[in-house]
Amino acid sequence: MADDQSAVGRTVLVGSGFSYWRRKISSGFFTALFSSSMLVVLLPLILIVGYLFYKGAASVNMNFLLHRPAPVGEPGGGMANAIIGSAYVVGIAALIGIPIGLFGGIFLGEFPQAKFSNVVRFVADVLNGTPSIVMGVFAYTVVVLPMKSFSVLAGGFALGVMMIPTVLRTTDEILQTVPNSIREASLALGVPYWRTVLSVILRSAKSGIITGILLAGARVLGETAPLLFTSFNNAFFSYSLTQPISTLPVQIFNYAISPYRDWHRQAWAGALVLVLAILIANLGMRAFSRQKDEHSV
Amino acid sequence: MAVEIENAGAIAGPLKVERKSFIRADAVFKAVLGFFAFLVIVLLVWLGIELYLSSREAFANAGFWNFVKGTTWNPVSEVFGALPFIYGTLVTSFLALLIATPLGIGTAIFLAELAPKWLTKLLQPLVELLAGIPSVIYGLWGIFVLSPLMANVVEPFLQNNFGYLPFFKGYALGIGFLTASLILAIMIVPFIISVSTEVLRTVPVPLKEGMYALGATRWETLKKIALPFARSGILGSIVLALARALGETMAVTMVIGNTPKITESLFQPGYTMAAVIANEFTEATYTSYLSALIAIAFILLLITLIVNAIARWLIWRTTKAL
Repeated sequence: MADDQSAVGRTVLVGSGFSYWRRKISSGFFTALFSSSMLVVLLPLILIVGYLFYKGAASVNMNFLLHRPAPVGEPGGGMANAIIGSAYVVGIAALIGIPIGLFGGIFLGEFPQAKFSNVVRFVADVLNGTPSIVMGVFAYTVVVLPMKSFSVLAGGFALGVMMIPTVLRTTDEILQTVPNSIREASLALGVPYWRTVLSVILRSAKSGIITGILLAGARVLGETAPLLFTSFNNAFFSYSLTQPISTLPVQIFNYAISPYRDWHRQAWAGALVLVLAILIANLGMRAFSRQKDEHSV
Repeated sequence: MAVEIENAGAIAGPLKVERKSFIRADAVFKAVLGFFAFLVIVLLVWLGIELYLSSREAFANAGFWNFVKGTTWNPVSEVFGALPFIYGTLVTSFLALLIATPLGIGTAIFLAELAPKWLTKLLQPLVELLAGIPSVIYGLWGIFVLSPLMANVVEPFLQNNFGYLPFFKGYALGIGFLTASLILAIMIVPFIISVSTEVLRTVPVPLKEGMYALGATRWETLKKIALPFARSGILGSIVLALARALGETMAVTMVIGNTPKITESLFQPGYTMAAVIANEFTEATYTSYLSALIAIAFILLLITLIVNAIARWLIWRTTKAL
């Protein structure tokens, strides 16, 4: 049946002058085909998110949110230290990723035509596509080996490097939408250029830039691979920059591949908490990007 | 509006400053910004050099091509060959692409050309959500939902109907190349959709209107106008998705079975480059072992650099042709 109709479509396109109805049918067939591919794509999303909520909601409780992992074989325990650890590592990553991404992005947005800007854009896009596990190896050779220890710093470095391209490119794009008249108005008032950028242009692009930072943060929050051998793992609460720390994604991974049923349950609970955190960041992003920038009024 | 006026008042002060220091401050400011932008380039170069230096030992021990061609990976006897991992990475990535490409392009066409605006507005965030789910959660779902499903339903079905093909021989384990490819396909489809949708939206409306005015149907307009116009960009989105698949780690690690073997059966467990790094890095107890793992990371970096560069070039070509 399906083959029949696509064959009809082909003949229509090869020769002209075929009947109206045959062309109409082939068009309808392809419309249906493309619409159904949308459904096929949505199916796994519904299955994954649905199963995640079904499994996770039954496992998240106060014990899970407030306690550190119990020793092997003892039931109970939770991922409180991993939740704090994830926030800690992403915080360090933000300290590295935001300044470089932001200031570099301002340069690109303010000098969009420069050849150098195009090179940086290209490199940032390529860096963005570099596998996260490679970033982990990079952080290992640069931070873990010299310090001779897994640490928060190493994990933060790996994630920070991964944040740079996202922050850079969103800042770049948002600054290019700021109308030139605003720049000119400020310069005409005798305001130095640097002051124009910092006080006028950045302010008018504020919500777009925050959206980019949230996007970058939400992305690295779920990263597991670069943390496996940088921030490593820790069964206890830890706040030292130079010590290994437990993070939510790594903890989920370790529990998922373990043979214990209770740890599987906790892995689902951790996964739900992680997805909710990312969802909240996404909602925040939407709120910010919907909020109109001053120049668009 | 109010803010800008307020601003103008606040920055009236610097007017009194001499002109020279004015210009100098601007030059310094531009240089500082440029420095930060330059850091991005430094970072990529540093990344390449660092990985190359750390993998030199492995290449020196076996020779570059022997390392790439070697089929044995045995840390106990200190024999390191990367071919099983390269094979696994290529097989899973291309299979994933094979599944994801038609679905991704079909969906992109639906979102860009067919769906009413309200529906696109509703569905596009869902596609983005699919891209935003962490890889480890796909893996978790893969282990506990997809893998049993593959072992009990999908793989026996394939075996019963197409068992004569070499890809579908052997025990249906539920973990292996096929399951990993399927998870990968689900993960990369959003990348194809979002870039392709964007590219399709750049097709000039007057061209399409002209086609409709001549009496063409929707499909004819798509086939003759929109798709040829967006071809390079769509191809770019596919290559971009390929780069993602090549480097994807956690979900694949969790369902591929982690066995460094080259088999033609897709039901069998295998291994990928990213997965072996993730699994064995903390177990690498001597330097040549560690160096061999970093060498795999270096090769992976080279492959993804090339693939990404091609993808970006293809996408830029379409969007800049406007």
